[in-house]
Amino acid sequence: MAETRLQNFTMNFGPQHPAAHGVLRLVLEMDGEVIRRADPHIGLLHRGTEKLIEYKTYLQAIPYFDRLDYVAPMNQEHAFALAVERLLGIEAPLRGQYIRVLFSEISRLLNHILSITTMALDIGAMTPLLWGFEEREKMMEFYERVSGARMHAAYFRPGGVHQDLPDGLADDIMAFADAFPAYIDDTEGLLTENRIFKQRTVDIGAMTAEEAFDWGFTGPNLRACDVAWDLRKAQPYDVYDRLDFDIPVGKNGDCYARYLVRIEEMRQCVPIMKQCLNDMPGGPVMVDDHKIAPPRRAEMKRSMEALIHHFKLYTEGYHVPAGECYTAVEAPKGEFGVYLVSDGTNRPYRCKIRAPSFAFLQGLDHLSKGHMLADIVAIIGSLDIVFGEVDR
Amino acid sequence: MAELWTGYMLPTVIIVAQIIAIVVPLLFSVAYLTYAERKVLAGMQLRKGPNVVGPFGLLQPMADGIKLLFKETVIPSGANKVVFIAAPVVTFLLGLIGWAVIPFDDGMVLADINVGILYLFAVSSLGVYGVIMAGWASNSKYAFLGALRSAAQMVSYEISIGFVIVTVLLCVGSLNLTEIVRAQKDLWFAVPLLPMFVVFFVSGLAETNRTPFDLPEAEAELVAGFNVEYSSMPFALFYLGEYANMILMSAMTTILFLGGWLPPIDVAPFNWIPGPIWFAAKIAMVLFVFLWVRATFPRYRYDQLMRLGWKVFLPLSLFWVFLTAGVLVATGWVPK
Repeated sequence: MAETRLQNFTMNFGPQHPAAHGVLRLVLEMDGEVIRRADPHIGLLHRGTEKLIEYKTYLQAIPYFDRLDYVAPMNQEHAFALAVERLLGIEAPLRGQYIRVLFSEISRLLNHILSITTMALDIGAMTPLLWGFEEREKMMEFYERVSGARMHAAYFRPGGVHQDLPDGLADDIMAFADAFPAYIDDTEGLLTENRIFKQRTVDIGAMTAEEAFDWGFTGPNLRACDVAWDLRKAQPYDVYDRLDFDIPVGKNGDCYARYLVRIEEMRQCVPIMKQCLNDMPGGPVMVDDHKIAPPRRAEMKRSMEALIHHFKLYTEGYHVPAGECYTAVEAPKGEFGVYLVSDGTNRPYRCKIRAPSFAFLQGLDHLSKGHMLADIVAIIGSLDIVFGEVDR
Repeated sequence: MAELWTGYMLPTVIIVAQIIAIVVPLLFSVAYLTYAERKVLAGMQLRKGPNVVGPFGLLQPMADGIKLLFKETVIPSGANKVVFIAAPVVTFLLGLIGWAVIPFDDGMVLADINVGILYLFAVSSLGVYGVIMAGWASNSKYAFLGALRSAAQMVSYEISIGFVIVTVLLCVGSLNLTEIVRAQKDLWFAVPLLPMFVVFFVSGLAETNRTPFDLPEAEAELVAGFNVEYSSMPFALFYLGEYANMILMSAMTTILFLGGWLPPIDVAPFNWIPGPIWFAAKIAMVLFVFLWVRATFPRYRYDQLMRLGWKVFLPLSLFWVFLTAGVLVATGWVPK
């Protein structure tokens, strides 16, 4: 019998593909519609963030973190601010910590709404996306009111937050938190019990807890595999140890479990936000040390010393004692870590960023093997990958 | 000479006039169906929809058409030019010729042929050729996959549509569309044949490649599916053909199950309204459900769609064919 060579169908998925969530380029080897191998190619959004940070002062490094996972900017700032605080040996005042937690949770909602609704869009349901963006718009207004920018806020600083909440914002956030569960109910009404949605997600891209650990999964994707690991509980930072909230876990580790975990996390965000608003004490939002935090503008009009502090802070920046630390926060996508090495100058010697999406992307080939072309779209959506932080 | 005029010329002129009288309102409805779709979706998604071009955005379809008309027709270098151009023409034509046998009122039909329903069935089956030709001629992997999916899908659902039509024919005893509507004078077939009505509507969604069966053009997976390489007027023809097919499918639903031009109840205020208006209103209602479904549902996966077609709809419709036939024979209601 003559030997025949069978060649799989190779398809280039992206980088300009509507379901690629950014600039993902996947080279798919397919047998008909069944995926045999999914080979992600990265680097199309590489900007050299880590290297750039080495040439900036600590304060100037903050905006780079907004641009990593641009769906939840403040969580990244949070990790960097905590890392610098640890090296400096300072702690943000209590009000500053509450504000940081409050906005971390708002960012978590921002992220989960985008993640869930774009996954639904990839599966073919487009209405949730448009409903979700209405809510995201409201939250971006909170961003704007507190920092002046809708996305790239640069609001969390080492030592606290840049400015206190403007008048009335706390009430508006409270009103938003009261109304938000109704939005979750609406979205769930369209998706959770929808038979087509379940057929497209249940048992698709399933993985066990061991596999999730092996591939370095964190965040909702790990919790969907029935592992109750959340840095907010496991190693609480800022005021998370004072707050009362639950960690939802899934059972099967499939796309549907990941979806359900995110929905439940959104529900858990609401009480956290309310507790922050209710428990928030008065007082400063930034450490009272003008070697690190700039003096008030009014003070600068009177005091020569304050003016010198301001000038030094915004030109040379502050010097951080030599040392190194790894600080991680529970970003909406998972463990976002900053490994910061200081040599005692005003610039970081090295700043290694651990982005959760990067680990998810490595697992993509493992998850999608043997599934169909339509499933890979659902899997990418459920993994919640953002290329800003994968490529850095 | 006079014989030539009365024997050939006059009938030709009349037929052409009739065709124009059908096609022009049809194209107008297609244009405004795209507008209605965008408005309905917008309403369901908390948006405004088109509202800039003209009052309430009413001129938007014209603006879209003009834009597409003036764009450059790009033909990929690897494409088979003849087939590439022929595909949208086929799709568009098939969307139009089905209307030849549709009765708008009692006797108001271009071609009152006795096998009208078979003709419609044949025309809608041919629709798959436009898609396959487009997918193959584009010489692009995405388009090719889209075309393959479409072929499999349309063929699968035509079988259940066929059985649904057989059920209706059993109750009518004629293949003539006018007869089918007349048979529903007392009771619309949607009531006694409700499961068949649902199967027909869902298969109609699949047949016209609408959500949740819009796999051939699944944006998220195949970018745009079979028409990914098309631009300008050929693209517009696909679009027009698709929407004309939607309206045709709604018209078929109306004729087979919702009593065509007949009013819901044959009493005073209802039967004052002329038949064509009832017919249009029913089509509009069915179309609204098409759009409503689009705003609500996610998309099936290819194999799930095949499973639904072959393992659910086919046995169900087959069972109903036997049941209907059995009931008709047992009760002696078989139409003469």
